[in-house]
Amino acid sequence: MRLSGSTIDVDGARGQFSEMNDIWAGMLAAFQLIWSLDADLVEITLRSLQVSLSALVIASAIALPLGTWLAIRRFRFRRATIATLNALMGLPPVVVGLIVYLLLSRSGPFGVLGLLFTPAAMIIAQVIIITPLIASITHQAMRELWAEYHDLLISLNTTQRQRIATLIWDGRRALLTGALAGFGRAIGEVGAIMIVGGNIDHATRVLTTAIALETGKGDFALALGLGFILIALALMVNFAIHTLSRTERHGTW
Amino acid sequence: MPPLSVSLRNVSVKRRGKTILGPIDMDLGEAGFTVVLGPNGAGKTTLLKVLHGVERVSGGTVQWSRPADQAQQAQAYVFQRPIMLRRSVRNNLAYPLQLLGTPKVPIAQQVAIWAGRVGLADVLDQPAPRLSGGEKQKLALARALIRQPSVLFLDEPCANLDGRSTREIEAVLRAAHHSGTRIIMTTHDLGQARRLGSDVVFLLNGGLHEQGAAAQVFDAPAKAETRAFLDGDIVD
Ligand SMILES: Nc1ncnc2c1ncn2[C@@H]1O[C@H](COP(=O)(O)OP(=O)(O)OP(=O)(O)O)[C@@H](O)[C@H]1O
Ligand SMILES: [Mg+2]
Repeated sequence: MRLSGSTIDVDGARGQFSEMNDIWAGMLAAFQLIWSLDADLVEITLRSLQVSLSALVIASAIALPLGTWLAIRRFRFRRATIATLNALMGLPPVVVGLIVYLLLSRSGPFGVLGLLFTPAAMIIAQVIIITPLIASITHQAMRELWAEYHDLLISLNTTQRQRIATLIWDGRRALLTGALAGFGRAIGEVGAIMIVGGNIDHATRVLTTAIALETGKGDFALALGLGFILIALALMVNFAIHTLSRTERHGTW
Repeated sequence: MPPLSVSLRNVSVKRRGKTILGPIDMDLGEAGFTVVLGPNGAGKTTLLKVLHGVERVSGGTVQWSRPADQAQQAQAYVFQRPIMLRRSVRNNLAYPLQLLGTPKVPIAQQVAIWAGRVGLADVLDQPAPRLSGGEKQKLALARALIRQPSVLFLDEPCANLDGRSTREIEAVLRAAHHSGTRIIMTTHDLGQARRLGSDVVFLLNGGLHEQGAAAQVFDAPAKAETRAFLDGDIVD
């Protein structure tokens, strides 16, 4: 039957076959790249980690105290702040990228800083994306803990500072979980950093943007190699979150 | 730790339009072991919290014999449902002293002493939230006493304890009382009230129904409801 088919069919089959072949070859090449610690691969991975870890540190510095504060203080715009936080959490990263782009572009209000298409711009975008997420998780966990501890901490005459310190210390597992979730979101994000970073080789190219580019070019070896690293990072983060939340539930320290 | 006395004038607590306590006029002297009695929902917990200053009053004044911040600092409170910090038993005991900035060595000594007194020496390194109900109550009591408060509030400290633990805890309370701590305690255990109390406050429906020396209230209560309650009848 096949022999009697048209040449187009044969071409189609051959095309599929060669694509499968490409992927296998790509996988092999990818493992070789990882195994040999390919210079580009290492550079891109390190930049990804640098950008996302910086964003994580800055976002945590804002979100952990903010979330705790929201949990223990009653003030006038508390509900509005929490609602805003939840709304910001649902903001599409591409839109964040667009806004940061406009703010940092030469004609924008922060244009003079010359940050567009630098890792700094990417960090800013990621901070905006993950701060609401971490703050929201923090708020949730701290509210629960505060309800539990409230009477005791009031009775012991604790200062505001001692209360926050106690809650952050005893809730550290939940906070770490929140931070890890933020990191997971940052390292896997592609839309915003593509826009504000520009995916410039040796300057702003990170795992996700490189994968997008290499896939587009049909260079599956590098794309897959980078993909494996990204998956490994994501798995590690998820595994850590899982372990932490399990120990949390079992009440072990 | 100099002694403290307190007087309530026309104190009332309202929640959602309902008066759950008061109006109450009451004086509590510097010494003594006061037991607060009354049926469920009479307002015993509310009264203790008002005295401790952690319950918002809707009217009236609570006047301690020393300035409010000093008075508050010299008090400790054991809640009806023990609150466990998510830490080890050791760190739960150490916590009130850590807040005061006490150095590590004296803290460790005090922790060892109090863990021994309430029989928790063997579980010092266990997470406190995993203790049994009775062990939690013992821990909460030791954590309250570790600051050597002038005034100790106890909201049913022996509710989940068996006979032997109750006896141990009563010994700890007597010792604390003899060393100068003024105790104000609620209990549903009338035997315990007789064993420990030097004076009695009887609450009914949020009001102060009867107050007096233990011997007098137990042996010759002035009000019919008090007598009925002490006889084990249902009062409402
Ligand atoms: N925040 C609140 N809002 C509304 N009602 C309340 C509140 N707190 C307490 N109450 C009510 O006030 C009454 C007195 O409560 P309280 O806890 O002081 O009683 P109690 O004498 O300690 O009872 P028990 O012996 O069961 O511990 C109860 O009827 C309770 O339902
Ligand atoms: Mg009560």
